[in-house]
Amino acid sequence: MKDFEYAAAATLDEAVSLLAARGERAKILAGGTDIIVQLREGLREADLVVDVKKIPEIMTYRFDPASGLSLGAAVPCYRIYEDGDVAAAYPALADAARIIGGWQIQSRASIGGNLCNSSPAADSIPALIALGAACKIAGPEGMRSVPVEQFCTSPGKNVLRRGELLVSIQFPPPAAKSGSHYLRFIPRNEMDIAVVGAGAWLRMQDGVIAEGRIGLAAVAPTPKLAEQASRFLAGKPASEETFRQAGELARQSASPISDMRGPAQYRLHLVGVLTRRALAKAAERAGA
Amino acid sequence: MKSPLRKNKSKRLPSKANRRSVRRAAQAARRSTNGRTNGRAKVPKFKVLGTRPIRHDGADKVTGRAIYTADVKLAGLIHASMVRSPHAHARIVSIDTSAAEKYPGVLAVVTGKDFPNVADKIAELGEGAVNLAHLSANCMAKDKALYKGHAVAAVAAASALDAAEAAKLIQVQYEPLPAVTWVLDAMKEDAPLLHDDVYTDQMGKVGKKPSNVAKHLIFEIGDVKKGFASADLVIEREFKTQTVHQGYIEPHAAVALWNADGHLTIYSATQGAFTCRQQTAEVLQVPVSQVTVIPCEIGGGFGGKISIYLEPVAAMLSKKSGRPVKMTMTRQEVFEGTGPTPASFMRVKLGAKKNGKLVAGEAWLAYDAGAYPGGVIGPGCMCVFSCYDLPNARVDGFDVCVNKPQTKAYRAPGATHAAFACETIIDELAEALKMDPIDFRLKNAAKEGTRRVDGPVYPRIGLVETLQAAKNTPHYKSKLTGKNRGRGVACGFWFNIGLKSSASASVEPDGTVALVEGSTDIGGTRTSVAMQLAETLGIPAEDVHPKVGDTDSIGYTDVTGGSRVTFATGLAAYQCGLDIIRQMSERAAMLWDCKPQQVKFDAGVFRNGRKSITFKELAAKLPETGGGIIGRATVDPQGATNGFGAHIADVEVDPETGKVTILRYTAVQDAGKAVHPSYVEGQMQGGATQGIGWALNEEYFYNDQGRMTNASFLDYRMPTALDVPMIETVIVEVPNPAHPYGVRGVGETPIVSPPATIASAIYHAAGVRMRELPMAPYKVCKAMMEKASM
Repeated sequence: MKDFEYAAAATLDEAVSLLAARGERAKILAGGTDIIVQLREGLREADLVVDVKKIPEIMTYRFDPASGLSLGAAVPCYRIYEDGDVAAAYPALADAARIIGGWQIQSRASIGGNLCNSSPAADSIPALIALGAACKIAGPEGMRSVPVEQFCTSPGKNVLRRGELLVSIQFPPPAAKSGSHYLRFIPRNEMDIAVVGAGAWLRMQDGVIAEGRIGLAAVAPTPKLAEQASRFLAGKPASEETFRQAGELARQSASPISDMRGPAQYRLHLVGVLTRRALAKAAERAGA
Repeated sequence: MKSPLRKNKSKRLPSKANRRSVRRAAQAARRSTNGRTNGRAKVPKFKVLGTRPIRHDGADKVTGRAIYTADVKLAGLIHASMVRSPHAHARIVSIDTSAAEKYPGVLAVVTGKDFPNVADKIAELGEGAVNLAHLSANCMAKDKALYKGHAVAAVAAASALDAAEAAKLIQVQYEPLPAVTWVLDAMKEDAPLLHDDVYTDQMGKVGKKPSNVAKHLIFEIGDVKKGFASADLVIEREFKTQTVHQGYIEPHAAVALWNADGHLTIYSATQGAFTCRQQTAEVLQVPVSQVTVIPCEIGGGFGGKISIYLEPVAAMLSKKSGRPVKMTMTRQEVFEGTGPTPASFMRVKLGAKKNGKLVAGEAWLAYDAGAYPGGVIGPGCMCVFSCYDLPNARVDGFDVCVNKPQTKAYRAPGATHAAFACETIIDELAEALKMDPIDFRLKNAAKEGTRRVDGPVYPRIGLVETLQAAKNTPHYKSKLTGKNRGRGVACGFWFNIGLKSSASASVEPDGTVALVEGSTDIGGTRTSVAMQLAETLGIPAEDVHPKVGDTDSIGYTDVTGGSRVTFATGLAAYQCGLDIIRQMSERAAMLWDCKPQQVKFDAGVFRNGRKSITFKELAAKLPETGGGIIGRATVDPQGATNGFGAHIADVEVDPETGKVTILRYTAVQDAGKAVHPSYVEGQMQGGATQGIGWALNEEYFYNDQGRMTNASFLDYRMPTALDVPMIETVIVEVPNPAHPYGVRGVGETPIVSPPATIASAIYHAAGVRMRELPMAPYKVCKAMMEKASM
């Protein structure tokens, strides 16, 4: 590792111009729990590291049941699960925030950082996809918004262009009679990377599922929305059979690889199991 | 190379002189303590042994003041970085170091060419022997890189970052060769050959053409054919295990200073300062007297810190630069460049009568040695049937070179593999014969007089008592209820060894004693050794201040390994105590104007008739009776005697994912005498936890180029605190007759049982027999699905 420059940007404009000037050689520092390790281990390189925690917009944390949650990109995970209102409104988000690393990590690491690290196995992303969150991005050409499921493009890569940075993640207001859940399978009980992760969100109406969304991790080059399985849920009863069938459909949208975290066949099998379990818990939380 | 058979045979019988000294020691111990009878044998009543004092090094450890090798700072210290092979097998065509040498801050560069050619010579390292030419080439490759992570060059610079950057500039031209990483593949006729000078040695008969199979061991007892013919039930199974690392928390580190006067001083995270000195001196071809090794605090070793890696490289960089040089490994370097325990393939067969009596056994064991011959197949062969009275048995063992790091000792090296195979079949036999698995084992348990397949006859051992204690645990007596749950049991065995130890101690005027001993402290041995001196002197444990000496400060002491320190170094401390008592008795005689023989010592008090003086009071009078007193002892005891254990596990298996949750776990073990029960329990819990790691998730993953893909604690999954329950412990005490306080080694045995214990529990929970380690969720899930589709 070579020495690098450090700059703490105070405004979005400053960050954008620093990032635009250095391009690939500049890296963003939020909680630092990924980037510092990656720089030390030579997995990423930087001439300049831009700390974004002094930028007010990036530390935004605003929840209103009517307008939803605006979660600044560098807000640490613990803020979410320690906030009863937010944890109740977006349980899948709180589920993910609770299992990203241990306490020390959760006091620094942010959901925005997890998203920008763009790991196919990221724990927060299936939850964000299930909850229908969107990314607010600042750049040289101003602000733009991208649905979370379109944010990651390949392992470690995303839609951020030269000079751009993630400002915040926007969550729609919690719907009545809705519930969500995120769970992952890991061989150990902590300190592990998801072999498969599944996030689910359901909204009930008139005794049936009105709409549902399923997000998956570690089964494709990017976390993804299981579209067919999600669409299938509308109008179905919240039953074991529905969830089993959704799990089968979710398997069809998965294209996992075999690696040290699990063989592809096993991962496919787990997609079915975890999707079913995530939906059942989400339904329970929705009061179905 | 000495075969383990011969080595063990030569150690089976204590020399006369040693037997005498042990007997004398035992008698003295009985004299100095108040005997108490429990109906069977006289059990001495101890004042210090069996208590739980605070460890002497505790404050330094919990406040972070303890000095580990990476903490060592010397004036002018520079830092070095290693260049390692990216290939699993490659010829080194050329190494261009010129760009690195020009990098700012660089002070020295070394490659294999800088190291002397060491002849093929075997050096005894205490727990195992090593071929010095292989040792040298393992520290720094010469013409071939034999595994990914093999050191090929090193660079020292003013800062660690400069060294790392300069290392990237070293241009190594490789000619990649086909690699072989699985033991059975390496045994094939057409397998890529690692060495053109390694021939199969079959019990002294050497093969004609080079082979990856370095050794074929054969052990036999009785008549195996007849034995199986007389069996009512024969079960034969195949087993596989994967490469597993010790996973000590402290990565290897060394600091070397090759002084202008030619003297070399090394600070190292080593398990044995003297062994480290010997290996380093041999690799560098300097006399041992020219080398001082200062052992620093050590963050775990488990057998993996006996061999040297960085020491000669740091020394050579220091010689070239004239500066003290520090080298530390990253975790990735530890995984890829140091010695794990082998992967193995095992085929084991056992035969029993309908009445549950074992009559014959056969084992075919192939363990990989890693890149160089000399793996742990020997003890594997000797352990496979070691828990049972097996009149007819044959064991074939193969030591096989593969393109992986050279395997090294790991806590009961070779035994855990073999026990996984043997104990799993024992469990199947017990089930087939409808016998309780503990009763089945009791019926066949090895006891005093049982002959092991490799020759030795057991002295007084405690397997029967251990099994009985296991049967009586609240855990085994409890009823396990609930779906997908099962209970397993398995035995474990380790030899334990004696070897050489030294201790010296000086009596302070305030009646405390400063103890220097030569065993690096991995498991709290400073305290367990100090307690034995305190017991001997009749003073509190806190009044002994123990220190681990460097190679110039204490007599020769073998490695901390083989579960030997509390036994052997404890014996040295005990004899050192007797030496102090003898000298103090002379001082008391001087005070009382009598003959030293008239002074009797008991429980910390010197007496002659009605006159008495305590150890403390007499210590205060030393300055006026001739000055200080130093006690000393150096020992090479026989009779370490074996450690036996039995483990019980309850598990629950997720029927959909195959994930195993351990609900309850109990470890039972014969400790001879638990000097510090907390440490014994700690060893049992630690060993069980490591064994649980082997059982459930730990393995090296290799890609098709022979490169390890999970060289980090994230993807090399050792159990965390959340993966194991509180491990219950039961200490059994069947005193070792060859130690004055009855001590047996305890450190290694507890890792042996867990894989077989958990395999048995999984079977009883999910109905599938797992015969491959680790029993990771994906494998258990696959086995359950296959069973369901049958």
